[in-house]
Amino acid sequence: MLQTSPYAPTRMRTWCLAPAALWLGIFAFLPLGIVVAISLTERGSPMTWAFTLHNYARIADPLLLTIVARSLWTACATTALCLAIGYPLAYFIVQRGPHLRTMLYFLTLVPLWSNSLVLTYAWMVVLRVDGVVDQAARWLGWLETQASLNWLYTPGAVVAGLVYWYLPFMVYPIYSSLEKFDWRLVEAAQDLGASRVTAFFKVLLPLTWPGILAGSLLVFIPALSNFVVPQFLGGAKTALIGNAIQERFLSQPQDWPLGSALALIVILLISLSIWAYFKFAHEGHAVG
Amino acid sequence: MLLNALLAYTFLYVPIAVLVLLSFSASRYASIWGGFSLEWYAKLFHNPDISQALLNSLLIAVATTLLATVLGTLAALGLERLPDRQRASHYDTALTLPILVPDIVQGISLLLFFVLVFNGLERALGWRPTLGRTTVTIAHTAFAISYVAVVVRARLSGMDKSLEEAAMDLGADEWQVLRRITLPLIWPGVVSGGLLAFTLSLDEFVITFFTSGPGATTLPIQVWSMVKRGVTPEINALSTLMLVVSVVLVTLSVMLQRRR
Repeated sequence: MLQTSPYAPTRMRTWCLAPAALWLGIFAFLPLGIVVAISLTERGSPMTWAFTLHNYARIADPLLLTIVARSLWTACATTALCLAIGYPLAYFIVQRGPHLRTMLYFLTLVPLWSNSLVLTYAWMVVLRVDGVVDQAARWLGWLETQASLNWLYTPGAVVAGLVYWYLPFMVYPIYSSLEKFDWRLVEAAQDLGASRVTAFFKVLLPLTWPGILAGSLLVFIPALSNFVVPQFLGGAKTALIGNAIQERFLSQPQDWPLGSALALIVILLISLSIWAYFKFAHEGHAVG
Repeated sequence: MLLNALLAYTFLYVPIAVLVLLSFSASRYASIWGGFSLEWYAKLFHNPDISQALLNSLLIAVATTLLATVLGTLAALGLERLPDRQRASHYDTALTLPILVPDIVQGISLLLFFVLVFNGLERALGWRPTLGRTTVTIAHTAFAISYVAVVVRARLSGMDKSLEEAAMDLGADEWQVLRRITLPLIWPGVVSGGLLAFTLSLDEFVITFFTSGPGATTLPIQVWSMVKRGVTPEINALSTLMLVVSVVLVTLSVMLQRRR
């Protein structure tokens, strides 16, 4: 025992991995395998384990395809808006002095740690008929006394709720990449005759590209399958893929095979976006 | 830039501020100010459903924290010492998977898993367990392990390895090194990992939604079903209390991570 370097493979340390591996194997990976298996079986009770691709064909139904397309569109819009709000915000925070910077950064993180259900509910209170937005509009004279803007239960409300939920995910990686950025590079570009806009596009943007990509991935992935926001802030016509999955499992009539197939479509879309992330990250690196 | 940032912070904080303000309103309508009142908080404290949900949430969060902290810390210790870098990176990927897989997919996969296991038990033993606090704790632990392991690994990789080597050279065995040297050094990481697990479990909604069954309503599930019945000032008060707890927990964890 004395001669063993602490860096040699020691049996005890390897065994340390076993409990977590076992737990994740049984309660994370095995269940995912079950989802795959059930997506390949025919609907019915009791379950019959006969192999079929029928459930995937059933997704090619116009109603479900619309929902998938809407989810993609909503997640893209959410990502774009988070970037449009998050990048200038991170830029602003980085330019402050050390104390104010820490303070402002902390302020952007509080919503991340708060219960997202509660945050989404807050938007219901603000947007609903006779809600805070309606009252403000009436007070400003923009709206008749009994009228309402009717903003709740619209696609816009869903995107707003999603942006609210995921904005910190965008700010965090962009802030980290801006924090490491060497601002003398921008000065150098400007000394060499580049305008502020050129300096931004040729210097700052390429060098903070990894942060932008990471932030976009962190927003896009969860926004794609969120079902709480469309349930609270959306109407019948704003259901997303998460709602479609949830209904197959918790509403009558249940349809586990179709729900499982839809869940795997989500996994497929996420894998594609991760693949795109690595592809773009690599290309951005080659350019920068 | 300043205007941009001001707008962004307005966007972030106006809904929260409005919610907190309205929770102290005397009006019966959730969106209307009707003078100051603590009525809704009083109502909240006398609602047995809410106390039960709070109890469920706390029991599940404490059990999850204990399980995930022990398992996650052990996993981090094991990963740090794997001889083969290649293999270690595979384990790393496997460990971060529960962070990447969407919560709804984790939720339905665990629901299917529990139902199949329960079916099997009923057939074999004639006894059928039900979804409840135990299944929720199992599910929460399955994702919290990953977060704890990531936090503890960060602490481990910043640790001065020569202290472990010195203890070994002086004749300490592996167990003594772990208990007397490594654990005390990474302890702040373990505590902040545990705090993270506690917060995540307390706030978790989606996975709980699929694995709790009717018997184990947690606070987020309680909020969900109250909102489904309609927006009320009582929900404003409950939401405000949950926000306060979140802010306290974040502040605590930030302070812990600063103390190096």
